[in-house]
Order: sequence, then C-alpha cells, then structure tokens
Amino acid sequence: MVVDDRELKFSQAINEAIDTCMAKDPRVYVMGLGVPDPKGVFGSTLGLQQKYGTLRVMDMPTSENGMTGVAIGSALVGMRPIMTHQRVDFALLAIEQMVNQAAKWHYMFGGQMSVPLVIRMIIGRGWGQGPQHSQSLQAWFSHVPGLKVVMPATPHDAKGLLIASIEEDNPVIFIEHRWLYNVSGPVPAGWYQVPLGKAKVVREGSDLTITATSYMTLEALRAAETLAEEGIGAEVIDVRTLNPLDETLIMESVARTGRLLVADTAWKNVGFSAEIVARVAEKAFPYLKSAPCRVALPDCPAPTAPELSRYFYPHAAHVAAAARRMIGLSGDGRMAELAPAVPLDVPDPSFTGPF
Amino acid sequence: MEREILKRLFSEMLRIRMVEEKIAALYPEQEMRCPVHLCIGQEAIAVGTCANLARDDYVLSGHRSHGHYLAKGGDLKAMMAELYGKVTGCSKGKGGSMHLVDLSAGFLGATPIVGSTIPIGVGAALGTVMRGEGRVTVVFFGEAATEEGVFHESINLAALKKLPVVFVCENNFYSVYSPLAVRQPEGRQIFELAKGYGVESHQADGNDVVEVYEAAERAVRKARRGGGPTFLEFKTYRWREHCGPYYDNDLGYRSEAEFQEWRQRCPIDRMKERLVRESLLRQGDISEMAASLEAEIREAVVFAKESPAPEEEQLFDHICSP
Ligand SMILES: Cc1ncc(C[n+]2csc(CCOP(=O)(O)OP(=O)(O)O)c2C)c(N)n1
Ligand SMILES: [Mg+2]
Repeated sequence: MVVDDRELKFSQAINEAIDTCMAKDPRVYVMGLGVPDPKGVFGSTLGLQQKYGTLRVMDMPTSENGMTGVAIGSALVGMRPIMTHQRVDFALLAIEQMVNQAAKWHYMFGGQMSVPLVIRMIIGRGWGQGPQHSQSLQAWFSHVPGLKVVMPATPHDAKGLLIASIEEDNPVIFIEHRWLYNVSGPVPAGWYQVPLGKAKVVREGSDLTITATSYMTLEALRAAETLAEEGIGAEVIDVRTLNPLDETLIMESVARTGRLLVADTAWKNVGFSAEIVARVAEKAFPYLKSAPCRVALPDCPAPTAPELSRYFYPHAAHVAAAARRMIGLSGDGRMAELAPAVPLDVPDPSFTGPF
Repeated sequence: MEREILKRLFSEMLRIRMVEEKIAALYPEQEMRCPVHLCIGQEAIAVGTCANLARDDYVLSGHRSHGHYLAKGGDLKAMMAELYGKVTGCSKGKGGSMHLVDLSAGFLGATPIVGSTIPIGVGAALGTVMRGEGRVTVVFFGEAATEEGVFHESINLAALKKLPVVFVCENNFYSVYSPLAVRQPEGRQIFELAKGYGVESHQADGNDVVEVYEAAERAVRKARRGGGPTFLEFKTYRWREHCGPYYDNDLGYRSEAEFQEWRQRCPIDRMKERLVRESLLRQGDISEMAASLEAEIREAVVFAKESPAPEEEQLFDHICSP
C-alpha cells in the first residue's frame, strides 16, 4: 500500500515529477544550463543525470534561443523535451522560438504536427536579484494562443501539473516561483496528474473570492486566515493554469461571493490580474457587489535595494487590507500582525545569501 | 616598459583584489543584499586592458564587473554604496553589484544577462564613429558569452563596419559549475572563432598583466586608427565561488588541484615578484601601498554603510526619461 501522507519540498516534487516521467517514457529528456551540476537547478534536477545518463539529462551551451529551437525540432520528430531556465529572464532570449515557432507549429501547418515541449522557468525573487533576474512575465506567455501556461503553488500541484505538462502534446510554459522551493507539503508517490486548465478552491468562504497565482496563493491564504478571525469569509482560488483559464470555477465562486480580488506575482498594468477582472466583468457582472480589485506589483522594474523591496512586493497584509476595503470596513483591522517578520527580500530566515 | 606603468598595473590589481576581499569579508554580515560575482584571480585582464584606455573611451561588462568598473576609473564609494543598496550608489540602489555604471569614467554599464552587452558595446562603437569621435569601446565578457547568438551577430557587424571595438573574452573555463567540455567541442580555441569572422584575434595569458597590457595596447591602437575590431582571449581562473563570497571547490565540479595550480599563478604575486626582483618596489613600498588602499576601501565601506537607503517614492523614479 502506498502511504500518501509523506511531505516533500516543492523542489523535490518537481524533481520527482521529472524522474517519474523519465522512468515511464524514454522520449522524455531534460536540457538546460546547469541541469546536471552539483546544485541541480536549486535541487529540482539533482540525481537525474546519474540515473538517466548524459544523453537524456544534459547541460547545454549558453545559447537559450538556439537550444529552444533544438528542443522544438526534437519534439517534432518524437521526443518530449523539458527545457529548464534558472530564471524567467534568461528564457527571454528564446522568445522568438517560443512565440513564433513552438506556439504556432501545430496551427500553421494545419494540425499535422505538435510540439510536446515543457519550458520550465523560475521567478528569482529576492536578495537583490533586481531588474533582470526576478521578472514575472506570465501575462506575456498567456497572451499567446498555442502556449499553455502553468504556475503551481504547492508541492502536490507542482508534481501533478508538471507530469500533466510533460504528458501534454502542446508547448507548456511552466513557471515556478523561487520562494516556493523550500515550502513542504504532502506529495503522493508515483505517477499522478493534476489536469491542466483546472483551478482549485484552496479555502472556502462566502464573502469574497480571492483568485491568486503561484506564490501569491500562500499570501492569500495567510490573509484569509486573519480575515476569518474578523468574521470575513474569503474563498481562495489557486488559478494553477493561466492558459487555458478555468473560468467556470472562478465564475461560480464570484456568483456566490459577489466580490473578486486578484492577487498576482506580476505587474498590474496589462497583467494577468487584469484578464481575470475583465472576464468576471464580462460574464459575472450582475453578481458583483463591489468593484473588483487587484493586488499586484507596482509598475516599475524590480529594484535591488532591500529597502525598496519593502514597497515593491505586496503580501498578505495588502491582500487583507484590500479585502476589508471591498467589504466596506474601515481601518486596517488587525493587518499589522500580517506584516512579515523577515525582510521582504528573503522568503524565510534560512536564506542568507545569493540564490 | 616604463617603470611607472608597471607599478601602476600592480597597484591597480592590488586595489581590485583588496576591494573584492573586503566584500568577501563583509558579505556574511548580510548587509550587501545582492548577488556578487567576485573577480579575484582575474584582475590582470581588467587592469592590463583598461590601462590602455582614455577616460572617455567606453567600457561595458557583464555580471562579473567590479574589476572592470574599478580599472576604468569607476568611483569606489559609489560602487560600494550600490552593493549596499543605497541611494548614493552608482545606480542609486536600483541595480546592485550586477548593474554598475560610471559615466564620468566612460563605464557605460554592466548587466548580468550573459552576452547581452556585447551588441551594446558594438553599438556604442558604431555611435562614436557616426559622431566622428575617436573613442574606443571595450566589451568584457566571459567565455560562455561566445555561445550566445548575439556574440556572433555582433562581431560580424563589427567586422563589416570595421568598428573601433575590442572584444575581451575572459576564459576561466567555467560557466557557473559547467565546464567548457559540456558546452563547446573539444579542442576548440575560442579566439579562433573570431578569425572566422575576419576579425584579428589573439590568445594570451590572462594572469600576466604585462602580456594583457601589450595585447590590449595593440588592439586599442589599431581600433583608434580606424583599423577595426580585435578579439582577445585571455585564459584565467576564478578563485571564489561563481556567485558569493566563499570558495566552492568542495562541490566537486572542479578539482582542488586545478584551483591550487591557478592559485600559484596569481597575477598579483607574479607582478610583485618581478617588481621586487627588478628593484622597482621594495617590500616596504608595497606595505605602504596596501595600507593606503586599505584606508581608501575602509572609507568607502563607511560611506556605503552610512548612506541613506532609497525612499518609497524613489521606487518610481527613472522608469522613463522625463
Ligand atoms: C542569458 C543568460 N543565461 C544564463 C545566465 C545565468 N548565468 C549567470 S552568470 C553565468 C556564467 C557565465 O559564464 P561566463 O560567461 O564564462 O562568465 P564567468 O561567470 O565565468 O565569469 C550564467 C550561465 C544569465 N545570467 N544570462
Ligand atoms: Mg567563464
């Protein structure tokens, strides 16, 4: 009997997903800068090369654009590549291959071929990563028809969604948040999928719906807990897949609560949060009791100075304060308690240097 | 070579080494909260190259840029303040160690996306030609940058337009923990790549500051005369971990023996021996030099620590030019 109550870190869950798929399907291979190195992309690829060899688990030249095309080509002829970038920002070198080629190959040749490619990229928030190492660009990818976009928030979903992404016959942009890497949670052993295109209610409530992406799901849950102590029932939905978006679940929830708050890891302007608000405004307008609200990054590049990170990154207190305003409560309530105890450039005190 | 130049090359290298070691020593205090890529062991390339440049020549660099910035005359206090995320920093606390700049010294900027400042350097060279200026532009990058498409696209244009640019490749054999063997074919000499583009190209010992100086001198002179670009590959070695203040040979991606071999070829020790041997400097002069550098560095650290942090409103400064 499989015991399913074991806990894994997010990074281990990712690792296990890749391992499980590689064991099951010889077409799956992994490529990326530093994939087989002693740090193994923050632990997520550790041990894979020892197990599957240098052909299926490979480092690569520092050539993101070219290598993405190479991955696409191999996918066209029957392989199932997983490309890994240590930062979202480095993947930008390959935007042409992702957007013009991978996203459209199936469509522009009339459905004759598909590109079963997973591109993992990590949002490198914190410790002065700054303007070119910490961007959350999920809206860019979600904008492009033909790309599926996934952002897991828990170890359980990281494994299940990554397996589903590897099984998927279309290119999937799989965005992982560095601040989730050390978070532990229950992860079933063996092969299982969390289906793409399905959001999840991670906390039930009847006063407002908080729809969150990736790491902001944790902040939203923290906010919801404090709100509950004040008698406010916040329902929290983890979006999980940004494209295709699980509209149904979000509409159902908003129809019940009448209020929508979106918490996203990215910039507000033309962001993914705007898409959710727009869809709710279009399709659930009659249910809305107050204007929807977005908690997202201010529209400026990520600064390096730790002091500025305090003003840059929204957290549970911002989510909770926004929720109270939507409900029509005045004052900050008990929000001060939610202010993080550690500086906002580290997820927890165990981080003591560059990462 | 003139004695004064030799002495200057030595003192500049020593200065960079001492700054980097100060950063390494203070980093565990967790007040410099940004990634740092130290250039300890590679100082000769920055110093030997920049010693041939005028203040209004341009330099660009990548993630490992402290040495280039200082060798080009970048302000030390402003650099330290930038590492501490202060408003007095060279980028006003917006960039940290990976985004240094000092326009008054011709240091046009360093950014940490591998290879991405190469075309920008070529563009700067193009701009100076269009404006009829006699400036030379130097771009520093690691050997991994030669794997990026932009390197190839840019050097082609530099050759086509005979631009006054010098490509300085610091080949330290590793990109993070990945050796060249997993990135480029066996037997490849990186400087040969440039020849394929019709660009004059040389390879030299990057731990010998005089060799670097002489190679760069020819390249800079040629560029200034309108003779076009040169590619210089300098073999060298990074002593510390890829990013951060410590050593990382224990990780197993490279051997302690290899490190020790390069440690023996310290560019600063080698120069010091020569200067002492040729009676250009006495041990006492060197101690004096070190003491005054230590005072300068300490002052810069105090300045950085005591400077104010940026305020909330400053988050929104400089998003676009007014
Ligand atoms: C486009 C891009 N890909 C990957 C990285 C991650 N990265 C940062 S430094 C580095 C090593 C580059 O090696 P090299 O150019 O040889 O310089 P060195 O660190 O050896 O000085 C890498 C891969 C990056 N910053 N940019
Ligand atoms: Mg290198």
